Amino acid sequence: MFGFSRAQTIAFLVMVALIVVCPFILYPVFLMRVLCIALFACAFNLMIGYVGLLSFGHAAFFGMGSYVAAWTIKFWHVDASIAIVLGGATGAFLGLCLGYLAIRRSGIYFAMITLALAQMVYFFCLEAPFTGGEDGIQQVPRGKLFGFIDLSNDMTMYCLVASVFLGGFLLIHRIIHSPFGQVLKGIRENEPRATSLGYRTDDYKLIAFVLSSMLAGVAGGTKALVFGIATLTDVHYATSGEVVLTTLLGGLGTVFGPAMGALVIVTMENYLAQFGAWVTVTQGVIFIVCVLAFRRGIVGEIGGRLKINL
Amino acid sequence: MIMIFGIPGPLLFGQLLLGLINGAFYAMLSLGLAVIFGMLNIINFAHGALFMMGAFCSWMLLNYLGIGYFPALILAPLIIGAFGIVLEKTLISRLYKLDHLYGLLLTFGLALVIEGLFRNAYGSSGLPYRIPQVLTGATDLGFMFMPNYRGWVVLCAAVVCFATWAIIEKTSLGATLRAATENAPLVQAFGVNVPRLITLTYGGGIALAAFAGVLAAPIYSVNPNMGTNFINTVFAVVVIGGMGSILGSIVTGFALGVVEGLTKVFYPQASATVVFVVMVIILLTRPRGLFGKAA
Repeated sequence: MFGFSRAQTIAFLVMVALIVVCPFILYPVFLMRVLCIALFACAFNLMIGYVGLLSFGHAAFFGMGSYVAAWTIKFWHVDASIAIVLGGATGAFLGLCLGYLAIRRSGIYFAMITLALAQMVYFFCLEAPFTGGEDGIQQVPRGKLFGFIDLSNDMTMYCLVASVFLGGFLLIHRIIHSPFGQVLKGIRENEPRATSLGYRTDDYKLIAFVLSSMLAGVAGGTKALVFGIATLTDVHYATSGEVVLTTLLGGLGTVFGPAMGALVIVTMENYLAQFGAWVTVTQGVIFIVCVLAFRRGIVGEIGGRLKINL
Repeated sequence: MIMIFGIPGPLLFGQLLLGLINGAFYAMLSLGLAVIFGMLNIINFAHGALFMMGAFCSWMLLNYLGIGYFPALILAPLIIGAFGIVLEKTLISRLYKLDHLYGLLLTFGLALVIEGLFRNAYGSSGLPYRIPQVLTGATDLGFMFMPNYRGWVVLCAAVVCFATWAIIEKTSLGATLRAATENAPLVQAFGVNVPRLITLTYGGGIALAAFAGVLAAPIYSVNPNMGTNFINTVFAVVVIGGMGSILGSIVTGFALGVVEGLTKVFYPQASATVVFVVMVIILLTRPRGLFGKAA
């Protein structure tokens, strides 16, 4: 199915089953946060896992997507679907601009450049009038989907978020299994060889970056609708660090890793939120442990034990 | 009053001095990053956190042990440098055989832990650290009044940067260091203990950051976020200067501080972003940085 292997089909079905069953057991708003972060991490994973470029500035796309969706639905009263699409478009456009600059370098420099560019976006959001500065855009209504489905009910909203996540997930899966995705992996493994085979590697990297930032924007826009708020936290570099951590913990370059990482990280934040800065300390410790002893991540480790690709 | 481009002279020079001070910190931090990158091939994301630890160390020395500013200027870099050596020995040295990105992720994690712990212990509001008695007051330079401490910071930074440059470019230790940067196995074959050299380099780079932290303590309030505020800009400085040359990172650091100061006079809204705008221009015209070597 969709180019899934057998093990992946089973894992995918388990994930879908969990998405369907969980809202009846757990708090839907918590699950919606997990799904938004999971989509964000999947988008990030497209770059690090399949192009081999570590972006340290993905919060810029997530945050700007969030701002634009919140602004358009609050002040222009657009449809919820339009707001999310506009969030994605913002992410894609910003990704095109920043990506055009960042792909000129690779490796560590790429990480530093994306971080610095995202920092520029952060300062822009701090100064720009439409973001509401330190207050952010608050009390964003969820609005209506396609003009008639009222989203103020948590379960209805959950259905929308789940569909957006699954749509994004399958899109990424389709991308990496297309001929385009194969070229990306070729670039990751050996860029000079891909160049010598006649591929314009910069174009491929840029398209992948735009796709990744578009999905990050969609995740941000969806998040803004769920919580009715878009703030500076979403564009802050700590959010970029968090998505790196989420993906690393779940498993870099695995299909299901980012979603697994999102589940663990959001749960952890949920329980540690009352302890203030201990969240940061815990995140740091997870980073260190993952890098030193657990580089394949949760899903990568499970896959490695069972000798399957997840 | 002198007017320059329609701006009152004292205002212009005042902002230039502020810019020069920021530039001094950019220079010291990016210098440390460049030295560490040259030897270890990692970007030390924990640099900002260790800079902050330098400032806190001087504050603790004063408030817990009654040790003043000038001894702290020597002691804090030694203490934090030793801490850096411990970090390198226990954690970072395990990653040399892996992709460099793991080094970046590890040091990012370290920065989170250090900052989180300090925020838990001291809150985020900031602690005051007084300017030492000798350096209070201001000097009339004829065209402006210069607070003595600020002059001292610029002077200290310039001396330390120059000394680092001299050690690396003019001494035999520096020659060994540069050789090990180019080709570590070959230098090891000549009987040099390269792993120890790497450890000492990391310690040295950290000591430099801690020294900057002590200098910064009386100017900015001592708080757990002071490092991160700086380090993101410093990364842009590093991209602009390129990692290739020691002198390059010093010059770029000071120059960008001045550019930032001037922007504050002429168009204050852009002062936070001007460094990043310069980075964009450099990336478009000279992707490997002003002083960078070809990849």
